[in-house]
Amino acid sequence: MDKIAHESDVTHHYLRPKKKFPNVWCAGCGNGIVMGALIRSIDRLGLDKDEVVVVSGIGCSSRMPVYLDFGTLHTTHGRALPFATGVKIAKPNMKVIVITGDGDALAIGGNHFIHACRRNIDITTILINNKIYGMTGGQFAPTTPGGSFATTAPYGNYEKQFDAVKLAIGAGASYVARGTVYHVQQLEKLIEGAIMKKGFALVDTYSNCHTYYGRFNKEGDAVAMLDWFKKHAVPINVAQKLPPEKLEGKFVTGLIHETNATEFCEEYAMLVERLAAKES
Amino acid sequence: MKNNTGNARLLQGNEACVLGALYAGVRFFAGYPITPSTEIAEGMARELPKIGGKFIQMEDEIASIAAVIGASNTGCKSMTATSGPGFSLMQENIGYAYITESPCVIVDVQRGGPSTGLPTKISQSDTMQARWGTHGDYTAIALAPSTVKECFEETVRAVNLSERFRTPVTVLADEVLGHMREMMIVPAKGELETIERHKPDVPSDWYRHFEITPSFVSPMASFGDGYRYNVTGLIHDQDGFPTANPNEIKDKLDKLRKKIERYTDEIFKIRTDMMDDAHIAIVSYGTVSRSARQAIKIARERRIKVGAIQLLTLWPFPDLKLREMFGGIRKIIVAELNMGQLVNEIKRIAPRHVEVHSLQRYDGEVMAPQQILDKIREVK
Ligand SMILES: Cc1ncc(C[n+]2csc(CCOP(=O)(O)OP(=O)(O)O)c2C)c(N)n1
Ligand code: SF4
Repeated sequence: MDKIAHESDVTHHYLRPKKKFPNVWCAGCGNGIVMGALIRSIDRLGLDKDEVVVVSGIGCSSRMPVYLDFGTLHTTHGRALPFATGVKIAKPNMKVIVITGDGDALAIGGNHFIHACRRNIDITTILINNKIYGMTGGQFAPTTPGGSFATTAPYGNYEKQFDAVKLAIGAGASYVARGTVYHVQQLEKLIEGAIMKKGFALVDTYSNCHTYYGRFNKEGDAVAMLDWFKKHAVPINVAQKLPPEKLEGKFVTGLIHETNATEFCEEYAMLVERLAAKES
Repeated sequence: MKNNTGNARLLQGNEACVLGALYAGVRFFAGYPITPSTEIAEGMARELPKIGGKFIQMEDEIASIAAVIGASNTGCKSMTATSGPGFSLMQENIGYAYITESPCVIVDVQRGGPSTGLPTKISQSDTMQARWGTHGDYTAIALAPSTVKECFEETVRAVNLSERFRTPVTVLADEVLGHMREMMIVPAKGELETIERHKPDVPSDWYRHFEITPSFVSPMASFGDGYRYNVTGLIHDQDGFPTANPNEIKDKLDKLRKKIERYTDEIFKIRTDMMDDAHIAIVSYGTVSRSARQAIKIARERRIKVGAIQLLTLWPFPDLKLREMFGGIRKIIVAELNMGQLVNEIKRIAPRHVEVHSLQRYDGEVMAPQQILDKIREVK
């Protein structure tokens, strides 16, 4: 009981008191769980509210910053990362966190996503991956599995699926993780790690859009979808010991990839120093 | 301006834009290479790191303007440069800068279009794009230099106006101007005015990022300053939270209009030549104005009473001030390198007794003085 009371105090401390709740999300939407996890991660890291900027694109997931009591920049569809890049380069001491959807980050924003990874700029990206376009009413996304139904895939999706984790690793991100809205404690740890990582960090977060994805694909309500995450997630340390056929139909969670490449703003600062030394 | 305080240099129009931007305090540049604007990005890449400013080459123009707006919201004077195709790509986010009232400067070194069009040829066909390029209702500011010196000065003015009014400002240059070289005296520090954005001085709980003030311009905090607020491209209330309230929607859009239109006279800038006794006026902007000045000189030798008006501010359109100037005129020739974009504005405001003629060129070549002279003879 005490723990719950404490956690709710923490949560309220980071929300905007003047902003009218309830929020825009459907009851049971995974977006709220991610917001709670983000808040607790930030609280545990002891970050000053004034040193955090949360940037998002457009989508249900991207509505999150409006509720958070940080500097918040709700931008245009797909463009959160380049906006965040401008913020980060101009003020490298700020912690810049991007909240984005799978359509936002991987369809319209796909090019920005790979280039942010490539630059290894110190931005934490929480990709809320619900395998569908929620805000516009359930069209298929680049993450929609083959055969799944969506309003623009009424006969089943005949396109191939993007794996955000593989994409980020291939493009040069230095911290790549996957979590789910069922495994909340793990998600908090992954977000903490991502924020502390100097470099581009992705937390691909499987989340439920029961309103569209769940309904169209007979995966049931929010609870049933969380249960699906529970049953199909395999932690990375377990997965590493399993033969590939045992992972068929499952997905791997945890910190999947980490490197220590130099970070964009640090490289730039070194250049500035080098030029200044030459001057004097 | 005293000539001996600055230093004389032979500069390209694009280089003058770089120097003007740095002079005005621009410390962030994000861009994507495109002819004929590329020298601006190259100049910024060379100069900014030397003074601790930030340069980044982004993956495209959409990202470039996004990064510029992001940087602007941290309090940094920010700019990008591009040409037609890139300017088109930027439009959605330029709209974001309007609605979020984020100061920034876009230098559009115009080339021919539509589409890839004429990469290495002059044009002025983005005149209307600079006014109405992004969707929705808003009021734009666009400035147009015609000489290398004006490239410098108008870039400084663009930065100043963007900071003063919390709004994006476009500098409409063109291919010939961007690439031509002229001597200019680079002003010494302090010689030209530079403006800093108005910062809030209230405690953080009183701060409203989009406050409707008597001047309609809101003081602007930066991320990290100890003020926490929301910025969104959705129509928002004075605190920056999305709203669907009809009154708040109207107030917001009125604010975007009024904060600029009220100051049209302050933003207004023209150069006139031989207008005192003129019966015919050549109205133009940019490189065409150079030809117009040459043409009226020749026409005057033939005793034709013709003068020239060069618009250095294109938008907001100075309806009242121009209408006053047209009082004694009988004929106007609007000369432009497009199929007639500015002429309709002049027709809209010209007094009824004034004939308005359109002189157009859109084959990628400069408007020659002779062409203007021929038109003067035709209409006189
Ligand atoms: C340029 C542009 N194109 C299209 C849209 C419409 N749109 C809004 S949100 C969205 C998809 C959102 O999907 P996702 O990023 O997966 O987020 P979710 O709503 O599922 O959280 C689309 C297509 C838009 N706002 N802007
Ligand atoms: S539509 Fe889907 S993603 Fe959007 S709020 Fe509802 S459940 Fe969440």
